[in-house]
Amino acid sequence: MMPTGPVPTTARPASGDPAPSGVLAEETGRTVLTVRGLTTELRVEGGPIRAVEDVSFDLRVGETLGIVGESGCGKSMTALSIMGLLPRPIGKIVAGSIMLEDVGDLAQLSEARMKAVRGDDVSMIFQEPMTSLNPVFTVGFQICEAIQAHRPVRGVVARAKAIDMLELVGIPLPELRFNSYPHQLSGGMRQRVMIAMALACEPKIMLADEPTTALDVTIQAQILNLMNRLKRETGTSIVLITHDLGVIAKMAQRVLVMYAGVVVEDAAVRDLFARPLHPYTVGLLKSMPSANRRTGPKQRLHTIPGVVPSLNALPRGCRYSDRCPDVHDRCRQTEPPLAAPDSTGDAQAARKVRCWLHCKT
Amino acid sequence: MKDRPMPFSASPATASSPALLEVRGLRRHFPVGGDFLGRATQSVKAVDGVDFSILKGEALGLVGESGCGKTTLGRNVVRLDTPTEGEILFEGIDIANLGEYALRPFRREIQIIFQNPMSSLNPRMTVGNMLMEPLRLHRIGDHASCQRRVHELLDLVGLKSEHHDRYPHEFSGGQRQRIGIARALALNPKLIVCDEPVSALDVSIQSQIINLLMDLQDELGLSYLFISHDLSVVEHMCDRVAVMYLGRIVEIAPTEDLYRRRLHPYTNALLSAVPVPDPTVQSEEIILEGGVPSPINPPPGCHFSTRCPFVTEACTSRTPELVERHPGHWVRCIRIDEIT
Repeated sequence: MMPTGPVPTTARPASGDPAPSGVLAEETGRTVLTVRGLTTELRVEGGPIRAVEDVSFDLRVGETLGIVGESGCGKSMTALSIMGLLPRPIGKIVAGSIMLEDVGDLAQLSEARMKAVRGDDVSMIFQEPMTSLNPVFTVGFQICEAIQAHRPVRGVVARAKAIDMLELVGIPLPELRFNSYPHQLSGGMRQRVMIAMALACEPKIMLADEPTTALDVTIQAQILNLMNRLKRETGTSIVLITHDLGVIAKMAQRVLVMYAGVVVEDAAVRDLFARPLHPYTVGLLKSMPSANRRTGPKQRLHTIPGVVPSLNALPRGCRYSDRCPDVHDRCRQTEPPLAAPDSTGDAQAARKVRCWLHCKT
Repeated sequence: MKDRPMPFSASPATASSPALLEVRGLRRHFPVGGDFLGRATQSVKAVDGVDFSILKGEALGLVGESGCGKTTLGRNVVRLDTPTEGEILFEGIDIANLGEYALRPFRREIQIIFQNPMSSLNPRMTVGNMLMEPLRLHRIGDHASCQRRVHELLDLVGLKSEHHDRYPHEFSGGQRQRIGIARALALNPKLIVCDEPVSALDVSIQSQIINLLMDLQDELGLSYLFISHDLSVVEHMCDRVAVMYLGRIVEIAPTEDLYRRRLHPYTNALLSAVPVPDPTVQSEEIILEGGVPSPINPPPGCHFSTRCPFVTEACTSRTPELVERHPGHWVRCIRIDEIT
């Protein structure tokens, strides 16, 4: 399947507002990953369900793209589709393309080719490092294994590289820690090992699926700072999947908000927080306790009524229509497209929203 | 131990009203390791000398990182666990060392809500039976009045009567937490220990449960010991907040006071590490080095001394006491005068 649209390679204008903290200078605007119309089906009992539907985005060099949404919205499935790690045999990409710079369409690659790409050009870190590390091998061995799978290095060279990586991710006494088993390390240290392993072959893209959700806030701050520093030093682009809007605000330059398998809003991080457009994004931001600091403590929080619909029983029309406070007839009839909002003022920052309120035509 | 000053209450005005719960010098040490006779050689000092009180109708937040002992403290207050040392005064009666039989009347007064509703609900019992069980165990009313009470409870937590005969797996995460709350409410308790009740839930569901807990507190005059690692939830829900580090409370203060002028270096670091959901805010982060030390061999003196940016030699030789810096605002740091 070919990409459906031209690849936008224009950089965001350098003039205009100054780069906020966290936006990096080497954001050259070159696109490393172009996803178009990605649709992933899971064949479960009772027929196939579309866990991801028509997801499109571009990832630029040195950019962090945040994907945010509640459980079951398809954010992890999007990452697994890119990695070619969908649950087998039930998961399958049924449409769309995942164009990786210098490699080609990941959706079309054979398993053997994908194996060579995975860990080399794209790598992934997961929420719970204990379950992704092998408990019976030392962390040093596991990092060496990742390096040797893709690079023609062996023995002391691989070992030296692994120790370099441990040092890079801020593990004290890397030579000693090389010989540690995963259970001998704390949660934060394990996540650092995972990052070291993911970055060992200098990938173009690192997918991070809830990398700090299992960690305490002080450790989370360490890991997030580490990811930002490494991104600056290695130029790896990051796709950061999280449900935590605070983490998104701190890390991402661009955000996709997902709901029930589709992207409902796509915006630069500052625009999203300053002026969320989709009623779901609005509701999500309003229901955070920290958003209620102005209204004062002990006030009732804003809530989104109901629950996320099950993917095999989606409402007709817009997927959010049965929970939306601004629902009208059209929403219940046809699903809105993901399109640029009508409102002016967002001309320079390309943003898209899937809502009839902002798309009259 | 009795004459030590204690972080009783928020202000002198409320100091006169009697505390519902008063915890004094609570310690819980778990023996670990063993010599060749199987005698424990070391102990995990999960809770290492904790004092606090909760007034009637008050919500006290308890925050801290994993392994700081907040869950152990909660389990001891509910007496699912027996403390090694110290007193737990519930309405003036020490329940710390009561046996199972003597505890029975207190079981009705103090209840707990767990983090993961799926693992704390029996998968083979219907919701109706689950809510009926505490009523039956405590021999409250006849069958008809129990049935009425069950339906009343379902209504109270926002579930429908038709949910009565369903099993836990038929519910969503938020609804399961509502069942857990209904079960805790069944016996009309005065104090509920909420152990991370919203941590496993999505943001939009989390706000529903927080609202429910606040409504119930208003309606029924409940007191909460609200354990959480989410500082913004605690800020929103609680009247006072206690910050725990490695088995000890390092700071306890009225919520607004704590979030406005945090005194202890650990509280400061903890609050500054929370990512602010606003990309225009550049927060001044204090990044702590390393992780929490092992509670088997906590550092001598101040437990925070290994990670504290203001550490001096005196910190490692002397154990600081909780002192009242402002009315109701207690802090455990020997250098507090110099660093604030």
